[in-house]
Amino acid sequence: MDVRAQLVMIFHLDKCLGCHTCSISCKNIWTDRKGAEYMWWNNVETKPGAGYPRFWENQEKYKGGWVLKGNNVRLKAFGKLSTLLNIFYQPHMPKLEDYYHPWTYEYSKLYEGDEEDDQPVAEPISLITGEKMEIESGPNWDDDLGGSPLYAENDVNLEERRILNTFSRLFMFYLPRICNHCLNPACVAACPQRAIYKRGEDGIVLVDQETCRGWRFCVTACPYKKVYYNWNTGKSEKCIFCYPRTETAQANACAHSCVGKIRQVGVILYDADGIDDVIKSRDRDLVDAQRRIILDPNNENIVKLAKENGVPDSWIEAAKKSPAYDLIKRFEVAFPLHPEFRTVPMTFYIPPLSPILATQRIAYDVEDYEEIPTREMLRVPVKYLSSLFSAGNEEIIHEALDRMIALRHYMRAKNLGEEGDESILTKVGLDADRAERLYRLFTLAGYEERFAIPSARREYDAVDVEERKGMKGFGITTGPRGGI
Amino acid sequence: MSGRIKDVFSPETRSWEEFYRNRWQYDKVVRSTHGVNCTGSCSWFVYVKDGIITWELQANDYPDFNSDIPNYEPRGCQRGISASWYVYSPLRPKFPYIRGRLLDLWREARKSHSDPVEAWKSIVEDPEKRNSYVKKRGMGGFRRAGWDEVAEIISASLIYTIKKHGPDRIIGFTPIPAMSMISYASGARFLELIGGVCMSFYDWYCDLPPSSPQTWGEQTDVNESADWYNAGFIAVMGSNPHMTRTPDAHFLTEARYRGAKVAVFSPDFSQVSKNADFWIPVEQGHDMAFWMAANHVIMKEFYFDNPVDYFMEYARKYTDFPFLVKLKESGDAYEMGRFLRASEIDEMDNGEWILCVMDESGEIRIPNGSIGLRWGYEGKWNLEMKDARTGEEINVALTLIDGESVPVRFRYDGYGESIRHVPARKIRTKEGEIYVATVFDLFAAHLGISRGLEGDYPENYDDDRPFTPAWQEKYTGIGRSTVIKLARDWGENGAKTEGRNLVIIGPGLNHWYHNDLNYKAVITALILTGSVGKNGGGLAHYVGQEKVVPIGSWATVAFAGDWLKPPRLQNSPSFFYVHTDQWRYDRGAYVSSPDGLPGHPIDYNIKAVRLGWLPFYPQFNRNPIELVEEAVASGAKTDDEIRKWIVEKLKNGELKFAIEDPDAEENWPRVWFIWRGNPIGSSSKGHEYFLKHFVGSPNSNLMAKEVAKDFVQEVVWREKAPEGKLDLIVDLNFRMDTSAVYSDIVLPTAHWYEKNDLSSTDLHSFINCLGGATDPPWEAKSDWNIFKTIARKFSELAEKHFSQPVKDVVMAPLLHDTPEEITQPDVRDWKLGECEPIPGKTMPKLAVVERDYPNVYNRFISLGDGIKNIGAHGVSWNGDDIYEELLKELPAVEWDGKKRISLEDEVSVAEVILRFAPETNGEVSYRAFKDLEKKVGKELAKIIEPYRSVKITFSDVKAQPRRILTSPVWSGNITEGRAYSPYTLNVDLEIPWRTLSGRQEIYLDHPYYIAFDEALPTFKRKLDASVLDEIEVEDGLILNFITPHGKWSIHSTYYDNLRMLTLSRGGEVLWINDEDARSAGINDNDWIEVFNNNGVIVCRAIVSSRVPRGMCLMYHAPERTLYIPKSSVTGRRGGIHNSVTRARLKPLLMVGGYAQFSYYFNYWGPTGVNRDTLVLVRKLRR
Repeated sequence: MDVRAQLVMIFHLDKCLGCHTCSISCKNIWTDRKGAEYMWWNNVETKPGAGYPRFWENQEKYKGGWVLKGNNVRLKAFGKLSTLLNIFYQPHMPKLEDYYHPWTYEYSKLYEGDEEDDQPVAEPISLITGEKMEIESGPNWDDDLGGSPLYAENDVNLEERRILNTFSRLFMFYLPRICNHCLNPACVAACPQRAIYKRGEDGIVLVDQETCRGWRFCVTACPYKKVYYNWNTGKSEKCIFCYPRTETAQANACAHSCVGKIRQVGVILYDADGIDDVIKSRDRDLVDAQRRIILDPNNENIVKLAKENGVPDSWIEAAKKSPAYDLIKRFEVAFPLHPEFRTVPMTFYIPPLSPILATQRIAYDVEDYEEIPTREMLRVPVKYLSSLFSAGNEEIIHEALDRMIALRHYMRAKNLGEEGDESILTKVGLDADRAERLYRLFTLAGYEERFAIPSARREYDAVDVEERKGMKGFGITTGPRGGI
Repeated sequence: MSGRIKDVFSPETRSWEEFYRNRWQYDKVVRSTHGVNCTGSCSWFVYVKDGIITWELQANDYPDFNSDIPNYEPRGCQRGISASWYVYSPLRPKFPYIRGRLLDLWREARKSHSDPVEAWKSIVEDPEKRNSYVKKRGMGGFRRAGWDEVAEIISASLIYTIKKHGPDRIIGFTPIPAMSMISYASGARFLELIGGVCMSFYDWYCDLPPSSPQTWGEQTDVNESADWYNAGFIAVMGSNPHMTRTPDAHFLTEARYRGAKVAVFSPDFSQVSKNADFWIPVEQGHDMAFWMAANHVIMKEFYFDNPVDYFMEYARKYTDFPFLVKLKESGDAYEMGRFLRASEIDEMDNGEWILCVMDESGEIRIPNGSIGLRWGYEGKWNLEMKDARTGEEINVALTLIDGESVPVRFRYDGYGESIRHVPARKIRTKEGEIYVATVFDLFAAHLGISRGLEGDYPENYDDDRPFTPAWQEKYTGIGRSTVIKLARDWGENGAKTEGRNLVIIGPGLNHWYHNDLNYKAVITALILTGSVGKNGGGLAHYVGQEKVVPIGSWATVAFAGDWLKPPRLQNSPSFFYVHTDQWRYDRGAYVSSPDGLPGHPIDYNIKAVRLGWLPFYPQFNRNPIELVEEAVASGAKTDDEIRKWIVEKLKNGELKFAIEDPDAEENWPRVWFIWRGNPIGSSSKGHEYFLKHFVGSPNSNLMAKEVAKDFVQEVVWREKAPEGKLDLIVDLNFRMDTSAVYSDIVLPTAHWYEKNDLSSTDLHSFINCLGGATDPPWEAKSDWNIFKTIARKFSELAEKHFSQPVKDVVMAPLLHDTPEEITQPDVRDWKLGECEPIPGKTMPKLAVVERDYPNVYNRFISLGDGIKNIGAHGVSWNGDDIYEELLKELPAVEWDGKKRISLEDEVSVAEVILRFAPETNGEVSYRAFKDLEKKVGKELAKIIEPYRSVKITFSDVKAQPRRILTSPVWSGNITEGRAYSPYTLNVDLEIPWRTLSGRQEIYLDHPYYIAFDEALPTFKRKLDASVLDEIEVEDGLILNFITPHGKWSIHSTYYDNLRMLTLSRGGEVLWINDEDARSAGINDNDWIEVFNNNGVIVCRAIVSSRVPRGMCLMYHAPERTLYIPKSSVTGRRGGIHNSVTRARLKPLLMVGGYAQFSYYFNYWGPTGVNRDTLVLVRKLRR
């Protein structure tokens, strides 16, 4: 067993407001510059929808991720030969229009322009060429089911287009996405330059900006399309999990700014030796297999192995406090996005509840319900959720939804001052204590509880720490010209 | 596992990682927030790096006040986090700009006129010169100017206007003080010192829910969002918290995991709908039909079939249900009349304002708490059910069911008359024997609950008569079984939780012509379930950031009440309806007036002004300063004699109210200051009317016909409507918005990260600050410093033109929370000879005020003695010692031989506001409670004792958001860590509501309400297309035009922000249903034209099945400044959302001098409704 630590992020989709504050905190800090304008390391998509880049989930088109052939897992887009052949050309890579053509406006004309015979307006211009342009696409073009006949209805996960045109069944929710900092990252595997690596201490996957030569294999290989090519620097860039913040025990900018309080960040311990088994699992077993390699931080043997592997005590303690283990494994309510891409993603999603179904005979009527609507009445089809989060395994989604609904049921009784009925909980594998913990994580958890992030342990680095203390931040210094 | 994936452990080999780490480094962090009327008042940290503001992240240090409720962090949304984009954006005017043509005229005029006032006169009195710049407004051609020059132009225009026309021709529009109180106060203080007019916003924005003053005598008081978490059942209606209460929405999603049920009423699948248990796509504008039917079920099942004790007790104590209404015989039935008054059965002071109940033995009794007991009495104004004369307990009767009943006539829109028997008692009054009934019994009959009584009652829920679940189906599109189910759930939850039923509500209901009825229907469902004044219950109405927590001290500073009273405060809906000439295009056919009442909204408004119900400026067709001079010249020696002289002139018709002839040149507003708002863009209901008549720009898309001539009676009709009434428009801005584009002078103001200020909201109970992370860049100045600059120049020029103080007469309406609220028990019009004109009683007040123009600057920068005795909402307090205390702590300024607290710096202004306010100074709260105790006659101040020593300073709020204190100015009790919920003080401490009965008013007995059949909560349909005068042709795609608040802007702010434009569609868009779009050949992202007689919009289409057929959504509020082509209909540039709207005034909201129906600024008056609007949508023809 090879016990390692990984920072993971969990998204409670039921709580997501679709506000995109996360995207902007990220944009302001990391990608507000030339060459990076079109990059949204963090973006939020409306589901059903096409997303960004458009229809990124369609691997028939983009050839991202891994495929399981027999007992072999290989990158969908590249064999050894095709890597050589494609070194200057990425045929499956999204084009700029699949993302969008970034623009701005001639704003200053409004106060600096000459008098005209009608009111002046600021026209859009390209951020790349400076030329006038028409706006035909954007990074969030199908927000809130905008253009639903073109986008939402063609969502690859949606079985029945008609749902979207029927008020009694219509649904939507939001899907925020960052780099998944996968355990089996296709980008890392695809890079001919070996510029991409996964950090040992926290699992963050980074593109080395000194080594990268801009081959863009990573862009093609990442099935989530979360590596972007910076046309100004000629290098690829991606979400860095805000390591300057997490290293100092602060939540990532996107998580910090998440005003819906949907995000939780913490440490998990996992068995790196088990990754191979995970990626070779059948589709319907992928989530379970992934859960299996996530280890119980309260198990003494695991702790011992972790320590032996160099995981610091403070990280083990953080893993114990972390909401991650509880949500992913103890309560089994958080799922990886598209596990069938077999990158073993390290972000997890709690699926959304939704309004109950209705009937439309003469007038619109909601379905009959008891105190709290049951899972069967919800609008979001479980099949749709399973397409996103469990490679088609509907049962494990059922179980998670049932658990969330049981929690509501139980808490409602308490809210009304009644005895909570524990049998409701036991049916779904919860008890009063576990329900209390889950309730806290869904509601009352404060900043420190949502984000159990240990600081980096830089004192263990090779060089003299005392010297680092005095030298940090001076950047590049050179000796005096001509020597002393 | 692939051999190529190896974890890299050694950080030393990864030195390149400095690359991103360096980006994260910064030099300074400062706390601030955004002044943008979003209700957020979120605390933010602003990061400064290398002297540049780089980004912001939310503060997360809100103090916990209740460990059972989630913390408020991290407040702040996608819009707020985009604010840093503005600081250095190309959209920001960095220097003063002026319309080039005006600058040329000015420089030319100054060559021949050494006196700037003469120079200004030479321009505006020459029609050719005046037209040359006025008629080019909005056409570009700005030029950079210096601060000295623009301050001189502005000051010259002000002095000229005061001398020529009067100070009441100078107006200022700035909205929502709470979002940056000191910035609001800057221009307001200056304007009120010179006698100018501050315009209202809350009513104009249609954010004011008139149902709130109607029911509770309160402008608006609502739950802080943390209190949502206490609810057991939440109905979200006409509100979309995910979009508009973004920082608060988590309390809603979290409350569900505490077991709260959530029903969302929204015609489209809105963002919040995803978190509903029940999404109810009720037909837009007809929510009240749903709730009237729900009330039918609730009352039938929980009051009659299986009465709930808690509900019955609540109804007896906290509502007007037990009060007696007189029944008037009329033909074969009775009509509901006025409340029975004490004056009709006994002799009491204010007896016309004291109401009666019946006890269980059948005796008429006069309980404590009526509004007549608020004034001139001590200790009787409370909710104890005791006889005000004897102090005896009253065993009050809610219903008179066991006995006689009489047929009463009810009228229902869409149904007609219905005669239903109602329990009644014959009683003896001074006038003879009459029948009376309780409000409770009348309302049950009105709802259609027969209780075995005769008459046109529905048989059961399936009987299609008002107000059954079956009846509502045709108006709402929602099935009867859903109504029944929901009503039962609502009742059961209310009973089990004792009132933890919560309604989150907003503009989706409030922007309709009959918004008050929409609201009253659901308010009734709250009252019926005992849910008002309870934590986790009540009406949570959220619109703009209307709650200025330290209102008493702030208003004193803002309206210069420390120096002069009263201020000139104008209700904008009346003002803009009249002065932008929208009335000329209005047949007013949507008001079908009962006999004897005016027929047209402007005639109603004239009557309302004459009777002192509403303000109106300019006041008269004369300069008010000249008027006083003339009165004095005619021998008037005292203020009283001046008033008498004026009243006489009004009576004999020599003097006229300006509103009677608004198009006469002498009655035009002349100078307009705009700051912190966008009144020509996002707020201009009837935008194209604004452009044409008020602003005078040449590109108005207005296509409507002038039709009022044959429908008006009192107003003077002038054949030619004026175009370009204003001489000068000055806009303070940090972004070139629509208002800036149409202004003459644009002054560069500070961004929210560049100034010190205060912020509060009703969504949380903290007081927050704005803080300067850097100084304002380029030549920008804070609003406070800009008005200081203008005031200084103004005072300098005034030395010559007003060497002595002058007297000005200020006309002001009868005010709520003063004895003026009990002046007009009946509607009597002095002009019609129905009574004598008596200022402050039967007509407006006339106050004579001394203006010291050369000292305007000195007064602006120093705190006058008026701050020492202030109050709000009917309570007052003294602060002599606080003035002395602060004089030691703060910088002082000396002039006129006296040392005063200096207001030169915003921080001092903030300290003054905080120290004199009960909400931020425990001692002041204590004094205010003590003051209220006298009226109420109960011990109140003890609840604030533990907080008496709390003093919140500006440095405190810079360090951390600070929780406010319980104050009698507001209605929520937040002692002991309770979340703020409105009216908990009323319920806990038996303090009356500020209404006629002192209780929550179901029955509105003002004669106009009875005449319009709106005395009881009821249903009225949306305005019909045939009365709107909006659509000429009948073919094409005609849709109901709805403007909810959207994701990518806060009003128009952020709309032009590149972040928001990038994440949306990059410009103006209209959402339409996919089938509707297909029928009109419109594809997603096509250019379309959206028009009616009011104007035209050219924008892109978003096609979506999320939107129902028959309506379209344009999210509030685009700007005219970006990416808008020309229209094929008018040949001119397309407009914005307001281009297809116009103002329609509801006369019932104009009544005054009558308890809770008494004017207060932003508190009462007609509202700027805009949803009863139809548009034609088609593909743009190029």
